[in-house]
Amino acid sequence: MEALTLLQWTFDSLIGLGLMWLAWRALASPQLFRAVVLFVAFGLLMALAWVRLDAPDIALAEVAIGAGLTGALLLAALARLTTAEKAHNEADQSGKRNHAVRTSRWFPAALLLMVAAGLAYSVLSIPPSSAGLSVEVAANLDISGVSNPVTAVLLNFRGYDTLLEILVLLLALLGVWSLGGSPSQRAAPAGPVLDTLARVLTPVLILLAAYFLWVGAHAPGGAFQAGAVLGAAGVLLLLAGWRPHPGFMQLPLRLVLVAGPGLFLVTALFTVVMGRHLLEYPPERARILIVILETAEALSIGTTLAALFRGERPQEKERQ
Amino acid sequence: MTPSDYVASSLLIFGTLFFFAGTVGLLRFPDVYTRLHALTKSDNVGLGLVIAGLAVQAESWFVVGKLLLIWLLVLLAGASVAHLIAKGAMRRGVQMWKR
Repeated sequence: MEALTLLQWTFDSLIGLGLMWLAWRALASPQLFRAVVLFVAFGLLMALAWVRLDAPDIALAEVAIGAGLTGALLLAALARLTTAEKAHNEADQSGKRNHAVRTSRWFPAALLLMVAAGLAYSVLSIPPSSAGLSVEVAANLDISGVSNPVTAVLLNFRGYDTLLEILVLLLALLGVWSLGGSPSQRAAPAGPVLDTLARVLTPVLILLAAYFLWVGAHAPGGAFQAGAVLGAAGVLLLLAGWRPHPGFMQLPLRLVLVAGPGLFLVTALFTVVMGRHLLEYPPERARILIVILETAEALSIGTTLAALFRGERPQEKERQ
Repeated sequence: MTPSDYVASSLLIFGTLFFFAGTVGLLRFPDVYTRLHALTKSDNVGLGLVIAGLAVQAESWFVVGKLLLIWLLVLLAGASVAHLIAKGAMRRGVQMWKR
């Protein structure tokens, strides 16, 4: 038994140290490509850390969003940055380092130290064996409509937070679109291998997303994981050169994008009008409401992530 | 330990050896093509052995099926991605290593 705990302790320390090392290397690396690769490795190791902390839901989300989709987004951004970076490097070599840049590092450093001190204080002030709110969650689980406590918290007890989270995602996409997106890159033809991979994997990914969505009611999974998997399918299809039908890129695309947050908002309003609290579902309808909300959310999240990867705002039709 | 435990352990250890060899190859081989060779060959077999080791200990056939599915998906993704990386390197004019 003791050997086992020692082994686990060593394993956990290795994960912790590896995380810090990867984070440092990713931040300090002068080569952006290397930094992105290190960031993806950081995400994978982080997922392992979440598994060790018995949080498979977060581990799934971390792998799918943190390592997978953010990595893809960063690489896409990097591909568009390459020309800008070249110009910057040339300027860097010809001109001397700006002194003002160097001194201005002290301010962020002081800010970071303050945040770190605050975090350290709050971590240290947590009582060592606190059950937190898990007791209350467990006590109220049977009125939540689902048996997975994480889904119960995300979609029912703290649905408000989830609503804001998906609104943030939508806002991010609106921001990218408002900036005009970026000029589309004429990528090289995908070739038969990528094409086949996309054709084989897309149905599998859709099935996997549906599985995550359904299983989220009683086991790790849920809308965010399903959405991330859908987003990954979209990224794969976009990489393979697939483009949605131009008709879809107008109103239907926008409807899918706002379906999740929109349904959530309507539900929130409806519960208030019915004389309940904001997003307080009637217990007998909670299960079906959560399934509908999660489905809409997963679709919206997946589409938003794929649209973020594309980066370009779809061309508007000529108005008559 | 039951006989199936011995089988599982030896499969797992064997698989780890393949992973180790693949990692050494990734670190020590001279160019991107040979490194890809080291990675894809040994990781596919290594993961296959690890999956086999876990399948021996699995509680149900359902779990065995899931494990096999994971292996097949990794095979598919690994082989395709290795091909794509090599193609990208070729297109960028990365020279092949010559003795």
